[in-house]
Order: sequence, then C-alpha cells, then structure tokens
Amino acid sequence: MLKLEARPEPSKIWTYGSPVLALLITVLIGAVMFSALGKDPVKGLEMFFWLPIHNAYALGELLVKATPLLIIALGLAVCFRSNVWNIGAEGQYIIGAIFAGGVALLADASSTRWIVLPILLAGVLGGMVWAGITALLRDRFHANEILVSLMLVYVAVQLLSYLVGGPWKDPMGFNFPQTKTFESVTRIPRLFDGSRVSIGALLALFSVAALWVFLFRTRSGFALQVGGLAPAAARYAGFSSRKALWMALLMSGGAAGLAGALEVAGPIGQLTLYVPAGYGFAAIIVAFVGRLHPVGMVFSAILMSMFYIGGEMAQSRLGLTKSLTGVFQGLLLFSLLACDTLVNYRLKWRTRGGA
Amino acid sequence: MPTPRLQLKRITKRYPSVVANSEVSLTVMPGETHAVLGENGAGKSTLMKIIYGSVKPDEGSVQFNGQVVHIKNPQEARALGISMVFQHFSLFDTITVAENVWLGLNKNLSLQQVTQSIVAKATEYGLDIDPLRPVHTLSVGEMQRVEIIRALLTNPQLLILDEPTSVLTPQAVDKLFVVLKKLASEGCSILYISHKLHEIRELCTACTVLRGGKVTGVCNPSQESNASLSKLMIGAEPPQLTHRAQKPGAAVLTLQNLILPREDQFGVDIEGVSLQVCAGEVVGIAGVSGNGQKELLYALSGEDVRAKPGTIHIGGVDASRLHPGQRRKLGLHFVPEERLGRGAVPTLGLAHNMLLSRQEAIAWPKFGGGWIRVKQLERHAAEIIARFKVKAGGPRSLARSLSGGNLQKFIVGREIDANPKLFIVSQPTWGVDVGAAAQIRGAILALRDAGCAVLVVSEELDELFEVSDRLHVISRGQLSPSVPIAEATVEKIGEWMSGLWDDDVQQHLAELEGMAIVGEPAQSGGQHAQA
Repeated sequence: MLKLEARPEPSKIWTYGSPVLALLITVLIGAVMFSALGKDPVKGLEMFFWLPIHNAYALGELLVKATPLLIIALGLAVCFRSNVWNIGAEGQYIIGAIFAGGVALLADASSTRWIVLPILLAGVLGGMVWAGITALLRDRFHANEILVSLMLVYVAVQLLSYLVGGPWKDPMGFNFPQTKTFESVTRIPRLFDGSRVSIGALLALFSVAALWVFLFRTRSGFALQVGGLAPAAARYAGFSSRKALWMALLMSGGAAGLAGALEVAGPIGQLTLYVPAGYGFAAIIVAFVGRLHPVGMVFSAILMSMFYIGGEMAQSRLGLTKSLTGVFQGLLLFSLLACDTLVNYRLKWRTRGGA
Repeated sequence: MPTPRLQLKRITKRYPSVVANSEVSLTVMPGETHAVLGENGAGKSTLMKIIYGSVKPDEGSVQFNGQVVHIKNPQEARALGISMVFQHFSLFDTITVAENVWLGLNKNLSLQQVTQSIVAKATEYGLDIDPLRPVHTLSVGEMQRVEIIRALLTNPQLLILDEPTSVLTPQAVDKLFVVLKKLASEGCSILYISHKLHEIRELCTACTVLRGGKVTGVCNPSQESNASLSKLMIGAEPPQLTHRAQKPGAAVLTLQNLILPREDQFGVDIEGVSLQVCAGEVVGIAGVSGNGQKELLYALSGEDVRAKPGTIHIGGVDASRLHPGQRRKLGLHFVPEERLGRGAVPTLGLAHNMLLSRQEAIAWPKFGGGWIRVKQLERHAAEIIARFKVKAGGPRSLARSLSGGNLQKFIVGREIDANPKLFIVSQPTWGVDVGAAAQIRGAILALRDAGCAVLVVSEELDELFEVSDRLHVISRGQLSPSVPIAEATVEKIGEWMSGLWDDDVQQHLAELEGMAIVGEPAQSGGQHAQA
C-alpha cells in the first residue's frame, strides 16, 4: 500500500524536482493524448518541445511570446506573495496597451525615436491606474480584489472595443475595428535584424533581477511577503497591510501595463480587438509554475511560450486544434500541483495492510 | 484483584521525527482517578488520543474491562464507555448549550429530551448551567461544564480530562474537583492529564509519569512531594528564582482610562483601564482567558490604534495612536501569546524572523524601506540562539521546525536583546517545558533588575506570584486595583478573577459599620458571575 507521510521539513530536492517531474508527466500524458488522436506522438511532441527551439528564428519567436508572459508574471508574483489575489492582469495589460497606443497615435513625421520612452511609461501608468481601481475599492470598501480585478478585465475589453470602433478608428481602415498602424518611429527597438525580439526581452531580464533584489534584499519586499505569509505577524511587526495592498497592486498593474505597451508598440503595431491574447491569465500559471521566484518564472515563461507556439504549429501542421495550448497549460499546472505534495510529504510503501 | 478498567500494554507510537510513546504501559482501576503527568511534549496527548481512538498505536495493546479492543475512532470509544473532555472546547458559539450537546448525540433523541437530560445531569452533579443560553454568552468555566455534561450524558466508565484547569479560576477548580470526586465514588474511572503538581496530589490516587515518551514512574501522588514528582517529570528539580527587593523608578507605561469597544463579535470591551508600570518593577495581570487580555495587549502593542489620544503614555510620550514600529522606537518590546503566526512567521527562517521587530541589520532605511544585510542578520540570530540556549539547527531553521518552548525562547530573546525600556509579555511560558520556563522567568527578572519596566499577562497564577512585584486582575474588560505581591493570596486573586474586587470595598465598609456582608457581586451583568 502506498502511503503519504508528512516530512518534518519541506524537502529541498523536491522543491526543484517537482516542476521537472510535472513536466515529465505532462509530456507523457501529451504523448498518450497524441496517440489517442491518431497522430504520431513523437511528431506531436516535436511541435511543442522541439520546433519552438530548433533554430535562431524560432528561438526569437519563443522570446517574443515569453517576454510579456514573464513581465506580467513578475508583477503577479509580488501580489501573490503578499496574499493579494490580482487575477485581472489581462485587464491591466489591455489598459496599458490603450494608454501606450494613445501616445503612439500622437506620433507624426516630426517625432524622434525617444517617443518610445513616453509610450512605455504611458503603458505602465495605464496598468497602474487599472490596478489602482481594484486597490481603491479593496482599501475603501473591502471589495474582494479577486472579483473586482477579474470584472475589470471585461470593462477593459469593452473600453478597447469602444475606442477602436469609435473615436480612434482608422478613417482609412475600411471600417475595421482598429486604429491606424502606428508610425514606424514608435516601434519598440529590436535587438537583432531578422528577429522580432525587442528591448522588451532585456527589460524583462532586468525586471527579474530587480524583483529578486526587491523580494529578498529590501525591507519593503520582506514586509509585503510577511503580510502574505502571516498577516498577524505583519500586524505585530507594524507592517501596514494597506501599504502592502497598494504596493502589490500598483507594481503588478504597472508590469502588466508595460507588457501591454511592449506588445502594442512592438509585434502588433496598432490597437485592434486582438490585443487581448490571454497573456494576463496565462501569466498566472507562469507565476505559480515558476514558484513565484523571479528566476523560476524565466523558465516557466519560456515553457508556456513553447505551448503557445506548439499549439499554433499543431494546428497548421497536424491539423489539430489550437486549444491544445490550453490543454498543455492545464496539464502542467495540474501535475505540478500534484507533484508539489512531495515537497511536504514522502511516499512510503507499507507491506502490511490495515494497521 | 478486580479487572482493571483500562490496561495499556507496551504502547509505541512513532512519528517521522519523534517517538511520541515508547512502550508505555498504564493500568486504571474502576473508580480510580489516575493522573498522567508530564511536560509538554512528553507524549500525554498522543497517549490519550490512542485511548480515544483518534490515533492508532504502532505497537502494543489496549484492554478495556479485560477485553482487548481496537478502537478505530472516537465514536467506537464512546460506544465502549470512554468519554473525553478536550483542552480546547468544540462548541459552536452561535447556538445554545442544548443544541450543541444535541449535535454530538444520538439523533434518536429530540431536542426537548436532550434539554431535560442536561438539566437532570446538571442537578445530579451540581453543575449549574442553563441549557437555553447561547454558548457565546458563557464564561470559559461554563463552557467546560457543558463539555463535561456532554461527556457524562453518555454514562462513561472512563472519563479523560485534558488539562481541565488551565482555563479556570481557583474557585472553579475546587468546584470541578467536587464533581470529579463524586464521579469517582460512583465507580467511574478518570484519567486526569496535567502538569500541575498540587492538583494531582489533591485529586488523584494513582499517577503515571511520562518523560520523553517513556514511563518514568508510577506512584501514589498523595504520598509524594512536589519536588519528588517534578523530579520524575523533568529529571531534575526546577531551579529556584531569586527575587531581589528593589525600589521602582519613574513610570514608563501609563494607561489612563483606556476605553475600547470590541473589534469582533465575541471579543471583550475594554472598560476604563488605568495602569502604571515603573522602571525596575514587574507588574502582573492575572485573569481567566477571554476577559480582555487580548484586546488590552493589542492596544498596548500598537496593533490596535483606536485608543483615544492621551490614554497611553510610554516614557512620557503620548503613544495612543502610534503604530508598533513607532512604539518600538520608544523602547517598547512585546512578546505576544501566539508564537507561530504572530510572534514569528512559521515558514521563514529564524534570521528573517528577526526583522519583524529588529532593525539592526537594515542599511539605508530610506531606500525601499531599507536594505537587508543578510550576513549580519544571520550572525545576530545566531548570537540570540546561543545566548538564550535555543535548540535550533541554526539561523536558517524555519520557525515552525522549533518546539514551542524553543521558539518562545527565541522570541523572548529577540525582544530582550533589544534592551527594551518597557517589556510586555503575554503567557511567557505557555506550553513551555519546566526548564525553559524557569529560564524565561529568570530572564524576565534579570531585565527588571536592569531597570526595565515589565508587564506580564498570564493565566498561570504560580508564575505571576513568582515574578511579579504587583498584581492586577482583569475581568470582563475591567482592571482591578493593584496589590503588592506580599499582600496577595491565591484566594483573593481567585475571587478577583471573577470580578469581585469591589466587594473588598463593601466588606471594608461593612466592617466599619460592625456588620459583615458576604459575597453578592457588585458588577453589572451579574448573570455571568459564578463565585
């Protein structure tokens, strides 16, 4: 009989081993799933785990998708670590994109490359404003931040569709719900020729370092986390829970807004109804699979990005549905949660039954 | 020799990191009141859970009335005639006494019948209780009576009581003992778990002493002395504390008519508490738990800043509205009652737990709240671990991996190490083994001798009598006048714990008039009062 036994201390090995095991299980179930669909499992898995990394261009595309996921997840990690459940990063991402798009639309022939800076700052500001609404309602009226932040996603979507279908609609756009294509001067500078990787990837890596320092070396970061781990201890220490709430939401809102700005002024290049791509929700999985740890989230963002690209590949090359992306995301999160049991428990074989 | 009511043979129970019981044997005769004595962590609770069926032993056998039994769960235990009254009550606050009892009983009975049987049992044993009162209006002592009645309604042959007196006033303890002695005289066996030696010597006719999961002695406690029992329990006699006389200095903490309405529904209102603690003295606050200690301490520590300006002064500064961090700058250091989750973050290492109340390892405090110098933090934590003899793997050990006593030593050490001007500690030795308790009390006295003002809130009278210079009693959110320790007696403090201190005044007046008036509580809300 297999038995779970509590460990006296959480296992160090399994803290890192569990995501690896979870990935293996995901691959296994994925292989079984491809066979069941009548496809060659090796080919199927290739779509997800080899094609996205098989050459420089593919790697670039991988980073293009991983960048917004990582930036949003970094912000969310601050929230989740301080027990603030912001699940509306998608909305903050959209508003960030709208603010950034608004600035980008102001650009004309006389603008310089420096306009990218106000575009990015506007994105950050937009995300902060949107997250700030959640913080305000929570702070003043004790409104549940999970509900408020989630609902505001749909408000943000409506706002976007109003703008692109109304005041900001491209007059030359054949009545499509989209703005005009931004001036090329507004485009986020790219790192290499022939690849869409932009300075956003550098910003993301810089944010990883900044978050690590904030969480593990500053007293503010410490205070935030104590508020999440043991609210009574935070009260005892005198760490303000209101400050933590505002700080966490503004940081994650700003990060999501930045990601929105990088997307809209980068790969997309205009505001359309297709700006919301679900990055804000996928980043929640990225954050948890990455253990809310800055470095861990780099890996999980890349992994999640592979799933996105793999889904598209599976659709175009194997004629399977793109929802496979979601299936793989779900499988990974599910197996991770299951494997995490091993961090606090160990498996034991018991020879005799009963007892 | 009659058949023993309960016989445990070589019971062993292992947990991953500890052997809770090792070859424990225990025999309880019918009508015997048998004490199980031991420090926290000696394995008493595990043993009782084995008897009550909520834990299964790895080895050994349980015999009940001569039959070998395998008790799978508490329902089976109750069916056999074993009842247990837990230290922490399992009553629902919002429903009545009768409804609570009904919930735990056979569903064939109607609420009406249950109410009748409660009244019948209550009269039989002199347990005064109104079955129609909602539980949240009961005092802790009354809640315990409800638990005892609930246990008695199953007509047990063996009643297990886990630390039943930890929540009672001395007078309520006396009443409980009357009930228990009556039960025993009727043939019911009682297993009485405690670490209070004088109670065991008064009540019990047999005693099994546990230490580190092993039986270290079986004796008749009435023929033993406190010293010999405690030697069996901890392997040594506890060190004696010396209490030097010392003239207190200037007032450090002054409370003037502190009034605070309750924050949560089942809390207590603080009703006009005034108090002074001077440099170089220890002031104790006695009282049964749930009489406003928690609320008062929240207001003192700054975790609750609703106090009216001018009501709390620390070192001459109006601190009524200051937050915990600001009060720490005035020299106030506080050890809360809850160690895990309030005094320390369970999932963080000891070093990082330093940061809750200490700032020494913070550089550039203006920048992002300050930079944490991890090396220095760990060095500092290691110093405290060494200085206060905390048994821990090191500064990185998680707070939750420490035993209660060791974590308490660390937290007390962390606060004392800050050289406070005012030190407030709640339940300093709750759940702490005797050796560590003596060490903590010693540290409190050393702090006082060094000129610190100390306020100790505790439910253990013995402890308060040991460390305090003056004693207050808190009851229903009101604070008694203070009495110098030399003039305090257990009886007097016990009476005050029921809120009867105004009677002193009455009695004094009555004596002046040459006639004695005895004991009607002068408090409002007298429906709660039970002498």
